Amino acid sequence: MSEELHEIRLRVNGAEHTATVPARRLLSDCLRQDLGLTGTHVGCEHGVCGACTVRVDGRPTRSCLMFAVSAQGHEITTVEGLAEPDGTLHPVQRAFRECHGLQCGFCTPGFLTVVSAYLEDNPDPTEEEAREAVGGNLCRCTGYQNIVKAVLRAAEIRREEAAAAPGGERAAGAGERR
Amino acid sequence: MSETTAPASTGLPTATRDGVGASPLRPDGALKATGEFAYSSDMWTEDMLWGATLRSPHPHARLLGVDTAAALALPGVHAVLTHEDVPGEKRYGLEYADQPVLAFGKVRYKGEPVAIVAADHPETARRALDRIRVDYEVLEPVSDPLRAAFDPDCPLVHEEGSVPDDGRHRRGGNLARHQPVRTGAFAEGATVEELRARADVVVTGSYEVGMQDQAFLGPESGLAVPAEDGGVDLYVATQWLHVDQGQIAPCLGLAPDKVRLALAGVGGAFGAREDLSMQVHACLLALRARRPVKIVYNREESFLGHVHRHPARMEYEHGATGDGALLYAVARIVLDGGAYTSTTPAVVGVAASMGVGPYAIPNVRVDAYGVYTTNPPCGAMRGFGAVQACFGYESQMDALAARLGAHPVDLRVANALAQGSRVITGQRIDAPLPMAEMLLRARDAPMPPGRSALPDPADPRTLPGGVSATVLGEGVVRGVGYAVGMKNLCFSEGFDDYSTARVRLESVGGGPAVTVHTAAAEVGQGLVTVQGQIARTELGVERVTVLPADTRVGSAGSSSASRQTYMTGGAVKAACEAVRERVLALARERGPVPPGARLSLSGGAVVSASGDVLVPLAELLDGSPVEETREYHHRATRMVDPVNGQGDSHVQFGMCVHRAVVDVDVELGLVKVVEMTAVQDVGRAVHPQQLVGQIQGATAQGVGLALMEEVQVADGVIRNPSFTDYLIPTVLDTPPMRIDVLECPDPAAPYGLRGAGEPGTLSSTPAVAAAVRAATGRALTRVPIRPEDIVGLPAPRRRR
Ligand code: FES
Ligand code: FES
Repeated sequence: MSEELHEIRLRVNGAEHTATVPARRLLSDCLRQDLGLTGTHVGCEHGVCGACTVRVDGRPTRSCLMFAVSAQGHEITTVEGLAEPDGTLHPVQRAFRECHGLQCGFCTPGFLTVVSAYLEDNPDPTEEEAREAVGGNLCRCTGYQNIVKAVLRAAEIRREEAAAAPGGERAAGAGERR
Repeated sequence: MSETTAPASTGLPTATRDGVGASPLRPDGALKATGEFAYSSDMWTEDMLWGATLRSPHPHARLLGVDTAAALALPGVHAVLTHEDVPGEKRYGLEYADQPVLAFGKVRYKGEPVAIVAADHPETARRALDRIRVDYEVLEPVSDPLRAAFDPDCPLVHEEGSVPDDGRHRRGGNLARHQPVRTGAFAEGATVEELRARADVVVTGSYEVGMQDQAFLGPESGLAVPAEDGGVDLYVATQWLHVDQGQIAPCLGLAPDKVRLALAGVGGAFGAREDLSMQVHACLLALRARRPVKIVYNREESFLGHVHRHPARMEYEHGATGDGALLYAVARIVLDGGAYTSTTPAVVGVAASMGVGPYAIPNVRVDAYGVYTTNPPCGAMRGFGAVQACFGYESQMDALAARLGAHPVDLRVANALAQGSRVITGQRIDAPLPMAEMLLRARDAPMPPGRSALPDPADPRTLPGGVSATVLGEGVVRGVGYAVGMKNLCFSEGFDDYSTARVRLESVGGGPAVTVHTAAAEVGQGLVTVQGQIARTELGVERVTVLPADTRVGSAGSSSASRQTYMTGGAVKAACEAVRERVLALARERGPVPPGARLSLSGGAVVSASGDVLVPLAELLDGSPVEETREYHHRATRMVDPVNGQGDSHVQFGMCVHRAVVDVDVELGLVKVVEMTAVQDVGRAVHPQQLVGQIQGATAQGVGLALMEEVQVADGVIRNPSFTDYLIPTVLDTPPMRIDVLECPDPAAPYGLRGAGEPGTLSSTPAVAAAVRAATGRALTRVPIRPEDIVGLPAPRRRR
């Protein structure tokens, strides 16, 4: 193969990675195949299902619609990077588990990355807002009821934690985790 | 969000936390939330190759030759295989072995596998596919199921004698099965005209159900690893490991024990993983290349790579007396099975026996047909033949209610089946069936507030069409619709359906621990949670590990037909009971147990009838684990007869009632489902939270079939094989739901439970259709309902 390859450096979940890829390698494929981060799932390959969503500089981004080379210089967070380094689950992860917001779980990483970002800007959504927040992600198993519940529950956990944290109430909604 | 009433307790002893009736966290939940759970598409070994599949571009063609030389010459390619390389049986299938591993002689659908490649990179594999030359002689597609079924001059999809026949079903021509049912006067040979003359009211209708896709999110995939003993280990997402093994091994020319399967993470199933997809291909390539081979379908290939829900064409006629008592029903249900048999005969069996629904009708004539065409193969999807029929008979019930001026719920209640009634196959319903109560509960559930009660009725988010709506809701009309559906649960028609469980109780690190091993496929439904709950309840031990499912233990049957909690739950329960008996015997033998004392297991100990701890299990079992394996069989069923369709063919019946509330923009033809209420009797809720999740998921899939989901096939070609063009409901298409769960135990079932995965998919679709009819006054005889059906535009001419 004569195709030109690029040596790229990616910052994923706080760690530096290198990979050698053609310019057209999708970020989703690069994460899964070159970096072995298979928590990012591919359900449709073209931006519809949201299963491949990662956070790029904090913003939810469909990794099947982005080239790996263009992710250089950005901070990428995948589902594997949501939990604390000590393994404590992110409030969104806890809420989806508690509320049975996942069945097969294939869609889950995409929902978690989207909702983790959403709650940073909207710490206290109404049910209607919670529905809209996940309007761009497909789930075939749950019928979404428990996903909406999980979004609301995650917001609640965040508020509880902020209230319990040093600094108290003031931190809720203002002091963001990441 | 609407409330959901799930039962709080099951009445079972609950000394042990997280047992039957509780809603413990699913054991795989944390891994799924952290991204560590390994789906079949995540399988990986250092030296693995990637497999890819060349598929027929024609729905129907003679295969003249395949030239693989150029593909093999490509650097990085390790194997290119055609049907000539299949060492064993060339065909497989769930009911008849009629589906070629790789096409030979003829291709019968667009997308049929013709050749497979293994290469060092997926792109190399795809390039190799481009270099395979195939010569076809294109034949005319057989795409009209009615012509295929009833026109004797229609070409045959399968030449006479080419599909193996076990003589169980009426077949011939392009029919995979024709199942008649005749009761009352029809069994005596009465004609429809005679019955019609006796009726005060007659309604007729022609109905159509489009082809639905299961659209699970995790594509078909797996990894085959060649083994030292000449066999192969396959890690795959499937619904039934052993039936896969039973089909794969003969094709590879290997003994079954040389083909070992382990369940990889399954990204949803809904019936689409009951048939084989990439299984044999990956094994063939791995054995040839002597390297692990991974195959992952992309979304387009997934649409070609699994069976769909049978599209149906249905003709119904119902006659009633003036007071609304049903007198007769006639139905002809034609199911397009596509190119290969898959489970079509069983789907026909369900459609026939459930063909006129859960109503007491003295005279019935049903004919259900499964037809071969050169359309994409159809087979299992949640609801399995009962979904299609339910749209037909419930549409009829609404039409009849309208003609009689009766409330649709009243008409249904007046004709409802109940415990002790007979279904049309003559089988007596021997378990509770609170159909009338369920209907009334659905009707009496609180209504969502009307549009005028909204803070801002012009807020586009509340309108059909959502934020892309271009109007202010001037043409929006609300409608309410009801439907009820009944489905047989577990495998029917004489199939010896069983599940196997191995349970081990031992002392680990000073405490008692249970290990449960089955081959049952966790596909998302939460079976892995339920197995643990049952073990906790039966053995009084909280620490339970459910081992990964594989073929090192006996078959658990399929994760389909709503059967796993019943069947594998039953097997785990039976194995636990056997373990318990041995443990109690051991306690009597070794422990300080008063002779004749009634003992049980609770809180990790052997306890007396009064609850005193006699001996802790950790102590009793120290160094001597107790292990038992049990098979659980449900009660025997039998085949219905081929002429009148009579016989006790079913194990259990499940029922769900839906009420749909919709807002329809009658000018734009857009629908917003405002709320869905579901009432379902589950016998006993083993895990209320997961149970409700099943009903919600089923309801959403039914809403999808009502309003948006259709695999569009023209001349045998799927026109929309992507999630851009095949639409499944998002959260914004899915309304808040009210789920009302009843528990009327079935004495024949473990814990009295009733399978719960499917019933909600039946009634959801016709309830939405009824609500849209109520809002628009249109007949709406086809699902999915399209905007042009609502506004009454003539159907657009099909463009080629
Ligand atoms: S895989 Fe990226 S959106 Fe579906
Ligand atoms: S849980 Fe299966 S797709 Fe969402």
